[in-house]
Amino acid sequence: MTKTEIRRPGEPVPSFPQDRTCPYQPPKAYTEWRGDAPLTQVTLFDGRPAWLITGHAEGRALLADPRLSSDWGHPAFPVVVRRTEDRAGLAFPLIGVDDPLHARQRRMLIPSFGVKRMNAIRPRLQSLVDRLVDDMLAKGPVADLVSAFALPVPSMAICELLGVPYDDHDFFEESSRNFVGAATSAEADAAFAELYKYLHGLVVKKQAEPQDGLLDDLIARQLEEGGLDHNEVVMIAFVLLVAGHETTVNAISLGALALMQHPEQIEVLLEDPGAVSRVVDELLRFTSVSDYMVRMAKEDIEVGGTTIKAGDAVVVSITLMNRDAKAYEDPDVFDARRHARHHVGFGHGIHQCLGQNLARAELEIALSTLFTRIPGLRPAVPLDEVPIKAGHDAQGPVELPVTW
Amino acid sequence: MRITIDRDRCIGSGQCAMTAPGVFTQDDDALVTLVPGYEEGTEDPRVHDVPMACPVQAVEIHED
Ligand code: HEM
Ligand code: SF4
Repeated sequence: MTKTEIRRPGEPVPSFPQDRTCPYQPPKAYTEWRGDAPLTQVTLFDGRPAWLITGHAEGRALLADPRLSSDWGHPAFPVVVRRTEDRAGLAFPLIGVDDPLHARQRRMLIPSFGVKRMNAIRPRLQSLVDRLVDDMLAKGPVADLVSAFALPVPSMAICELLGVPYDDHDFFEESSRNFVGAATSAEADAAFAELYKYLHGLVVKKQAEPQDGLLDDLIARQLEEGGLDHNEVVMIAFVLLVAGHETTVNAISLGALALMQHPEQIEVLLEDPGAVSRVVDELLRFTSVSDYMVRMAKEDIEVGGTTIKAGDAVVVSITLMNRDAKAYEDPDVFDARRHARHHVGFGHGIHQCLGQNLARAELEIALSTLFTRIPGLRPAVPLDEVPIKAGHDAQGPVELPVTW
Repeated sequence: MRITIDRDRCIGSGQCAMTAPGVFTQDDDALVTLVPGYEEGTEDPRVHDVPMACPVQAVEIHED
């Protein structure tokens, strides 16, 4: 038998993705897949076979390998989420294109996520977070941490970043949730159309009356000079919104939940302000809010003695790479003192999260403020009663009742 | 020791500046640059982790 046959003939190929049972632990089946081989075979909802990459070192090498494509516009690009089936073939900027187009788009956006911009947003994030905690304390327990706290933070952060007027926040937040949380592709299409129309109008308005935000920068530097057309600017705004909203909501609420379930780790978070960024990295590793990334092989690629063939679907398991015992000692333990170096919570390679420094700022401010100002914060229901998202979505609680 | 950065590859992740602050920083366009004086290297042990931390292999350390 060659090493290529990871599964014995006749042995059923498990389906991917599967739902978690514990909000922050991988589904039981996943833990059985992390054997000696750095990859395993799985089946997607439409019956298509895929390689699931589980090894940390091998996954990082693959994510940096230009033979793997992220071209969502390719007619044969794998689909993991049933409701996005109809949108197969639609090219999304950044996350859904390969170099050199990707590099051109990414380069335009780098200044908007630089240290200077992030430092300017921090005080505004802090005052929003303070206000949200004031409201929670004023109303008293029980509160839903998702809607009262985790949701408004990224929503405001993205509005600030893009330069969306404050009056439009509610509309913006609702339609982006409708898009990300849509149950059917018809619902998702309707929400997409609504957001597209709004963003289109916003770009037109900003051309007439420029303000200070990422969209204004893009308009001034690219649209006016012909580097981008109107549709591209709107689609970039759309991708930033979708990529940056739901992920961060979940990272805040799931991060808070993991901390509340490990109160001794909250002490580590609070003992030294310099420790906060390290704890956030460990939470990103441990919770793996984005569970997987999808790719397609453009050429044959050898991985640990197995050949991934050109055209094969490849799914990179963030969760299992972040729990690889070859990379992290006791990988299933949440240890706030650990230096979770090289975790792939934000991915790796050219598509590594563009918004990671914004997300880090949000998480650091949100979690340190929450636990400093509300000592004794804890879940109001047992862990197994916290409703959680489906396996194909960003991972996190749907609702998180808390008390103090 | 020499530190080189391929600014054409850089995707602005900020991993280098996070891993070895004081040695790596950002210019006005938020692209990576070395803090002046560090081209010939540094005693700071953290720089050795930067080539691995960089998501696109844009940073190299040459031990000469
Ligand atoms: C904790 C919160 C977040 C997590 C866990 C997260 C996770 C990720 C991951 C895993 C990728 C890589 C996808 C791939 O390689 O296919 C990614 C890419 C991306 N993220 Fe995030 N993200 C977060 C927050 C944000 C925020 C706040 C923004 C923007 C406001 C954002 C914007 C993007 C964009 C634009 C990309 C595509 C980059 C490219 O293709 O060059 N993300 N994110
Ligand atoms: S780590 Fe690499 S990609 Fe990120 S800013 Fe530094 S050089 Fe650029």
